[in-house]
Amino acid sequence: MMSPEVGHFALVLALALALVQSVVPIWGARRGDAALMATASPVALGQFAFVTLSFVVLTYAYLVSDFSVENVFQNSHSTKPLIYKISGVWGNHEGSMVLWVVILTLFSALVAVFGRNLPLTLKANVLAVQGWITVAFLLFILKTSNPFARITPAPMEGRDLNPLLQDIGLAIHPPLLYVGYVGFSMSFAFAVAALIDGKLDAAWARWVRPWTLVAWIFLTAGISMGSYWAYYELGWGGWWFWDPVENASLMPWLAGTALLHSAIVMEKREALKVWTVLLAILTFSLSLLGTFLVRSGVLTSVHAFAVDPERGVFILAILVVFIGGSLALYAWRAPTLKQGGLFAPVSREGALVLNNLFLTASCAAVFIGTLYPLALETLTGAKISVGPPFFNWTFGPLMVPLMIAMVFGPFLAWKRGDLAAVAQRLTLAFAAAILATLATYAVTTGGPVLAPLFVGLAFYVIVGAILDIAERIQLFRAPAATSLARARGLPRAAWGAAIAHAGVGVMLLGIVGETAYKQETIVQMRPGESIAVAGYDITLQGLVPVEGPNYRDLVARLTVREGGVDAGTLEPAKRVYTARAMPTTEAALKTRGMSQLYVSPGDPGTDGSIALRFFYKPMVLLIWIGTLVMMFGGLLSLSDRRLRVGAPKPSARRVAAAVQPAE
Amino acid sequence: MSTTGTPVLSRGGMTRKQRRLTLIGIALAVLGVAAGLVLYSLSGSITLFQSPTDIVEKNLQPGARMRLGGLVEAGSVRRGENMEVSFAVTDGRTSIQVAYRGILPDLFREGQGVVTEGVLSGDRSFRADTVLARHDENYMPKEVADSLKRQGHWKPGDPAPNPNAAGSSTPQSPARSP
Repeated sequence: MMSPEVGHFALVLALALALVQSVVPIWGARRGDAALMATASPVALGQFAFVTLSFVVLTYAYLVSDFSVENVFQNSHSTKPLIYKISGVWGNHEGSMVLWVVILTLFSALVAVFGRNLPLTLKANVLAVQGWITVAFLLFILKTSNPFARITPAPMEGRDLNPLLQDIGLAIHPPLLYVGYVGFSMSFAFAVAALIDGKLDAAWARWVRPWTLVAWIFLTAGISMGSYWAYYELGWGGWWFWDPVENASLMPWLAGTALLHSAIVMEKREALKVWTVLLAILTFSLSLLGTFLVRSGVLTSVHAFAVDPERGVFILAILVVFIGGSLALYAWRAPTLKQGGLFAPVSREGALVLNNLFLTASCAAVFIGTLYPLALETLTGAKISVGPPFFNWTFGPLMVPLMIAMVFGPFLAWKRGDLAAVAQRLTLAFAAAILATLATYAVTTGGPVLAPLFVGLAFYVIVGAILDIAERIQLFRAPAATSLARARGLPRAAWGAAIAHAGVGVMLLGIVGETAYKQETIVQMRPGESIAVAGYDITLQGLVPVEGPNYRDLVARLTVREGGVDAGTLEPAKRVYTARAMPTTEAALKTRGMSQLYVSPGDPGTDGSIALRFFYKPMVLLIWIGTLVMMFGGLLSLSDRRLRVGAPKPSARRVAAAVQPAE
Repeated sequence: MSTTGTPVLSRGGMTRKQRRLTLIGIALAVLGVAAGLVLYSLSGSITLFQSPTDIVEKNLQPGARMRLGGLVEAGSVRRGENMEVSFAVTDGRTSIQVAYRGILPDLFREGQGVVTEGVLSGDRSFRADTVLARHDENYMPKEVADSLKRQGHWKPGDPAPNPNAAGSSTPQSPARSP
């Protein structure tokens, strides 16, 4: 029953169903035939069942170490711990594509199950578009990346998973990222369905927003997890490298963040319709591009695994068909969509437009930096690399006005706002920013001159977000009981927005602390020698060999004293995974508040010494805590009543009106 | 990724037109700033990839910043005091001496692919401040593979020149000297 051929056959069956889903519902929608449209749901559920079966079969092959399956042989090993046998399923190209499709069909199934009160034609069209994507990716898997291919005779032992991927952070990073990427297929499907139908209203935006938000939360989690993994696992002590593959996940995130905000304008004011649809298309296009960049190997990146050119061409074809097709449809149909509410440049809408401008401009900058080397090589043959300074100098300056504007936005009224009045209400945020800047100048020595200003900016963002809530519940202006009642009555979306905005400030604080004030020393140490780093006295006790389940460690045993008091040990290691004879570096971390001491070992010398690299990273944990806060804000917003309740009722207008701050 | 044609447009009257123009003006200003930043940064943060043969044939001038890639020549790695390392990078025809101080990446080995970034010195040797490494030990940096192919040392379809071909390349810095 669990034979790999069953998994392969299940994929073929799923493809057959996906073909039905691509054609029949949309045909029904054209003809107004409810029976044809109604086929979409069961077919979507069937596809999900078959693809899941296939995934389970593959996982089973990993669990029992069935090395007659080439994919298992290439990426697993019988001595590997259980969790990495499971994560090995998606730690390689073929398996990760199956996971991609599992998530895609899961989203289709969710629409089938929870979309009961969607307009029938919209639902049919959305599922048909999802069907097209499923067909493309199932064909891709079956044609170029069959995970169930056999080898005879079956080898006795597998080649093991790339050791760097044998880590809990990377076990859950790809699924999170994929839910994010694939989640944007929902916004895409809704956008294309609306273009086909020619119908686009506030109800549409209300449907799209929760899906976008779900994708956004997962993508945020995936990126953040990947960053933390790179930080502690690679041993380089960095948390973001502007690597093409990181950029590939950042671009849909930026576009998706813009989409989240423009969808608000569309839902509340029926403005920015055409733009929102375009963003939905672009966001998913960037997700597809991300998949292409990672999977085709066209870019020089840390994530590039040995690749097959046929795959690259196939994914490129998928890209061209979906991006080109949807943009052509957009160009053809978008002019027929009716425009909505008017607004003055200084208004909530205006601020959200500004948000969109800066997010898309920064996304474009990242896009250029990532793809320019590729384009140049294709056109002229010159090989170049675009380094982090490019991204720091383009992305950074675009983020500053965005952060300044994002505090103003929630205070501005819809349609027409009063900038001076808002500035007055933000006095406390400006004061906090100035104080924080001055305090940072006073306390720190060294570091870039601009760093304290960025600390000020971070405080301005955080305090601004708090003031947003304080203003809405009339804290200290109304009696405490009234404020409490207002706090309870405040829509969760308002809480979510403020919290997510505060999270951006928290993250910025971590980024400034880590970037501007980190200390770094590299020394060659012999046992018995000591070094002082950021108030710690660290002594190398010795180098100890340690045997692990599928690796050998050379551990540098370090004792740490802080102000003469024992503060524990650090045990960074040079590790060799025996199956592939592949060396890795295991960093050791010591946390003090939000700051971390980071040690990673280099090569042992012939004289019993070892090179050790020490980092002290102030406030570094705030980077990831900030993203957690942002995700929490997203979750709160997702649980907002109007999204839970779903389809807008006549009363929805009044609910929406209550969301606005009392002016 | 164009944001022109932002659909905040609406038909009719002067005020609407003014509003529309204001928004378009702001959009163009933001895009202009972004484009300016991109062009300015591109001019300053691009490094060209060169093979050892390129350096000799193109007679590149000392002081130029570049990426140098190839194979680490077997038997060429010398470790000195204070984490000083020197090795030769070769494409089979020419080799260039590279000096580096710091911790080498995990997958740095003799006979395997490597990409270094740094500055060419006067005597045709190379002072690297970054030696790049990669996650996957089966991977041959694309630039290195291409340059080896040109020198006829590796035909596509062959297995990688070394089954453990490693070394590698990321745009960032696994190992950077202090």
